[in-house]
Amino acid sequence: MSEEFEPKIVGFLCNWCSYAGADLAGTSRIQYPANIRVIRVMCSGAVDSVYVNRALIEGADAILIGGCHLGDCHYLNGNYKARRKMVLLKNILETLGMEPERIWVKWISASEGQKFADTVKEMVEETKRLGPNPFAKRWNV
Amino acid sequence: MSANKTIGAVAVIGGGIAGVQSALDLGDMGFKVYLIEKAPAIGGIMAMLDKTFPTNDCSMCILSPKLVDCSRHQNIEILTLAEMKGVEGEAGNFTVKVHQKARFIDIDICTSCGDCEAVCPIKLPSEFEQGLVMRKAAYKYYAQAIPNAYLIDKEGVPGYRGCIDCDACTKACKAGAIDHSQKARDIELNVGAVILALGTHPFDPSIKKEFGYGRFKNVITSLEFERILSASGPFEGEILRPGDMEHPKKIAWVQCVGSRDRNIDQEFCSSMCCMYTAKEAVIAKEHESDIEPTVFFIDVRSFGKDFDRYIERAKTEHGIRYVRSRISEIYEKDCGDLQLRYEDMEGDLHEETYDMVVLSIGLCMTKDRSKILSDLGLEVNDFGFAYSHQKDPVALVRPGIFMAGSFMEPQAIPESVMQASAASAQVASLLKDSKGSLVEPRPEYPERDVSSEEARIGVFLCHCGINIGSKVDIPSVVEYTKGLDNVVYATENLYTCSEDTQKKLVDIIQEEKLNRVIVAACTPRTHEPHFKKSLAEAGLNPHLLEMTNIREHCSWVHSDGALATEKAKELVSMTVAKSRLLEPIPALKIDVDQTAMVIGGGVAGMTAALSLADQGFKTLLVEREARLGGALNSIHYTVEGIEVQELLKDLSSRAEEHENIDLHIRSNVSNITGYVGNYTVNIMKDGKESEHTIGAIIVASGIKEHIPTSHGYGKDERIVTQLRIEDELSETSSLTEGETFVFIQCVESREGLRNYCSRTCCMGALKNALKIKELNPRAEVYIIYRDLMTYGFWERYYKQAREKGVVFMQYDIDRKPDVEIGEKLTVKVWEPMLQEEIEISADHLVLSTGMDPADGNPELAKQLKVPLNQDGYFLEAHVKLKPVDFSTRGVFLAGSCHAPKFIGESIYQAQAAAARAATILSSPTLEAEPNIAVVDVDMCSGCRTCISLCPYNAIESVTEVIEGVEVTHADINEGLCQGCGTCVAACPSGAIHQRGFRDDQILAMIKALGACSLGGGS
Repeated sequence: MSEEFEPKIVGFLCNWCSYAGADLAGTSRIQYPANIRVIRVMCSGAVDSVYVNRALIEGADAILIGGCHLGDCHYLNGNYKARRKMVLLKNILETLGMEPERIWVKWISASEGQKFADTVKEMVEETKRLGPNPFAKRWNV
Repeated sequence: MSANKTIGAVAVIGGGIAGVQSALDLGDMGFKVYLIEKAPAIGGIMAMLDKTFPTNDCSMCILSPKLVDCSRHQNIEILTLAEMKGVEGEAGNFTVKVHQKARFIDIDICTSCGDCEAVCPIKLPSEFEQGLVMRKAAYKYYAQAIPNAYLIDKEGVPGYRGCIDCDACTKACKAGAIDHSQKARDIELNVGAVILALGTHPFDPSIKKEFGYGRFKNVITSLEFERILSASGPFEGEILRPGDMEHPKKIAWVQCVGSRDRNIDQEFCSSMCCMYTAKEAVIAKEHESDIEPTVFFIDVRSFGKDFDRYIERAKTEHGIRYVRSRISEIYEKDCGDLQLRYEDMEGDLHEETYDMVVLSIGLCMTKDRSKILSDLGLEVNDFGFAYSHQKDPVALVRPGIFMAGSFMEPQAIPESVMQASAASAQVASLLKDSKGSLVEPRPEYPERDVSSEEARIGVFLCHCGINIGSKVDIPSVVEYTKGLDNVVYATENLYTCSEDTQKKLVDIIQEEKLNRVIVAACTPRTHEPHFKKSLAEAGLNPHLLEMTNIREHCSWVHSDGALATEKAKELVSMTVAKSRLLEPIPALKIDVDQTAMVIGGGVAGMTAALSLADQGFKTLLVEREARLGGALNSIHYTVEGIEVQELLKDLSSRAEEHENIDLHIRSNVSNITGYVGNYTVNIMKDGKESEHTIGAIIVASGIKEHIPTSHGYGKDERIVTQLRIEDELSETSSLTEGETFVFIQCVESREGLRNYCSRTCCMGALKNALKIKELNPRAEVYIIYRDLMTYGFWERYYKQAREKGVVFMQYDIDRKPDVEIGEKLTVKVWEPMLQEEIEISADHLVLSTGMDPADGNPELAKQLKVPLNQDGYFLEAHVKLKPVDFSTRGVFLAGSCHAPKFIGESIYQAQAAAARAATILSSPTLEAEPNIAVVDVDMCSGCRTCISLCPYNAIESVTEVIEGVEVTHADINEGLCQGCGTCVAACPSGAIHQRGFRDDQILAMIKALGACSLGGGS
């Protein structure tokens, strides 16, 4: 391969913390790789496992689920539910032969623009190490 | 009309940010508002600024929605080119005389096309652009001006003639908006109250001859520099020096020009120059990284919330050079470069050459504003500004007339906004009987039924000046967008949020019969409501709007234009996919319990509760301690002579006796549930719990003094904190001659984990120093400080202290004073002039340690679901424009739980919070959260999974008979559901959908992304 592998990342960010954190990275002009595409959801607890699976099937190399810090959820405890769901999903994906490291669950507050940018940077590096999603467009669902 | 009937209308004089905020608050509360502005458009100085500190938000981006809201508000009437000529009558019933100049263009007909400007032959210097470029006699005040209309200048400006009546514009105007025969008019407005928000004037530095302003072209003012930085400014955001239009590399900022200057009778500090200087230097460096900024300063007054961290980033991350010095002279070299001569702290003289010099000018009182004050019979203070008392800062001596913003004192935006809301609260109390008497109900726009139509999507892509357009190739994104299915219209705008674009948007929706709209611009978190309003006006359900964020999430974070453009295209494609599936969402009304709760019974809490109670709202006031007053209990006197204990007695007895206040002392809020308009709170007292329902909450949990561990504190009783010395001094009637007091400022403050200024400690030290000098003029007092934070009018006490012989010594963070405990206390301080350490033998050492947030904040924040900043103070919704709101609707904050502040500041902030809460409590219903979850009864299996997961207990299981069959299904309470979507993700049958975030909509976004980039993996 002549070109370096550029991972595709899909981020599901909660409206109140992580999306606002990503906004703050913007207002603070903190630069990070352009590999991520963000889908805004109201709460990380609203991220259905189906969304994650669909994104992997469509070819995403890594997924970020961003929520408020545990205990800070705008909807009381949606992030706990997200965590529970994603642990389960990672187990299933691992059974099927996918690296669970492709799914990232991060708590990023509205004041953590730097953390958001750092997370994206880290994800890009780690995913480059993992290589392309082996199942991209190969699942017959 | 009976004598005691008040008029439900208000005249707000001045259309800057303060006037605009007052107008919006009062309009929302149900008063008729006349907003009177002298300039051809509202916006004031904030409209001229490029960015705002400490968040570097684009000033126009955050201001423009407020201006548009003003122009759209059905209760607000804007009168531009208008001046107040007098106020007669008394509180509750005034006649305000207004003189309005002719505009010569009919605002209602003008389409703002600019044809008149194109043909106009007359050129004059542009006031808005600070004279850096010329404008025509037929002109618009600025690009995003509200009202969005042109005008013709017939008067001209000194040295330049205005319109010559050539009539070219009349012929050019296709709309027929020009009327050269228009006459000035005199209007009389009948109002119940008046708010003066006339602002101040930027200082004219040409009288400071030594700086060469006006003589040397490359010496400019900071306001001129704001325009240079601005994308919509004279050089389109390119940094050029006016002398030769070259790119300057070395730029010097000179602070305190027109401030803290005895020679020109401008002895006060203008409060915001230190911060805007840092901001301008940082933004300049961001524009062009090879620029080398140097700031020449006396003190860095970073006294506000998060200011110290901003200054630190300016120094360390952006490499801004700071030189503590005094500039003696600037002279010009042949090439236009400038030679600066200055003296540093060691007393050495230096000369340096710069390509450009920016003078950080302060604000000053002008003759016309002084005349207004004297015409209205208002008292002035020693600086010529309106006299204001700390006990009720926004009130003037003449009842019924209030003030706000920099007309009151030079200051930054958040203070202006708070005072504006405070003035609104005062007006609302005064006119509570006539609220709603002069306003019409909100217009309801008929909604077009689009259910049977195929999606017709219109996409509006925003350049945001150069904020997006400089990185994202917008024209290519427009072309790309036009090729997407169902997109029938795609266009680009310089500012999609501006009023003219909004009008266009409405027209285009109607002309193109759009039934879905996409705005690709900034974050939906700020402007979405603004665009939704436009959809409603165009007859579309507002939820047929979708935004995509190509600024914060794209152009601002990806410097590679090609990658940013590709990302923008994909984001638009994803949004189009979602947009196709959008559906109208019906408006839901929720009932509002028109009572309030205030948490914390200190000065802010009591003031907020009293303001709400005076406005007629039942208010619960909850105080943890047995005594009201909070921090006031430990303050004995203030420097300007308020009897603090008298104030406390007055406030607490009024709070105890007010018929609308339900006081709970020795009580804690133990549980808060519900949502805006409908909160249920449990109050715990003596082990007993009572339940209350309320509509809005104000947090005023206060602050406490930091207890130090350094400088020998705790090891010797002569070493005390600021509050302790105040206790001692208040009990002392005389001091021994020659007793020596040393104050050390910024102890364990403005560094490390407590890297913030506590705002009040410099004045605390000055207050106590003056007290000592009063008790015995021969006592020796030393104040050892880092930067003396006597901002604004506090500067007068710095001068007084120097005159009384208080010795001030400055230290740097890397050379902190040392303390040795012996028979006397020995304080060792580095003296830069002498280049040696000197020893002061002291009897008393006072440590100014600053403030810590209240212990209960984390718990309270958790209960209320509102954020704290990294220092543990409550974090407001927006630093500049929403200083007392939380992002959670219905919850507000006031006083020092927001950040350390003075009594007067806490009072106006509390009144502001009361005004903001009143905008919610004033109406018996509110519009509910639209993005709630709904159950598809046919799909629901009745499994009850969702019920246990719902954090708001909004779901219950119901059994009903549908078409003869008994069905058990989940049922969601529309008032309780907050739209988190947890139940949607958990439903095993796919029977629950979240409005605005349906599964099919999200999956369509993912699929669209797959189609455009995820495609082949790598």
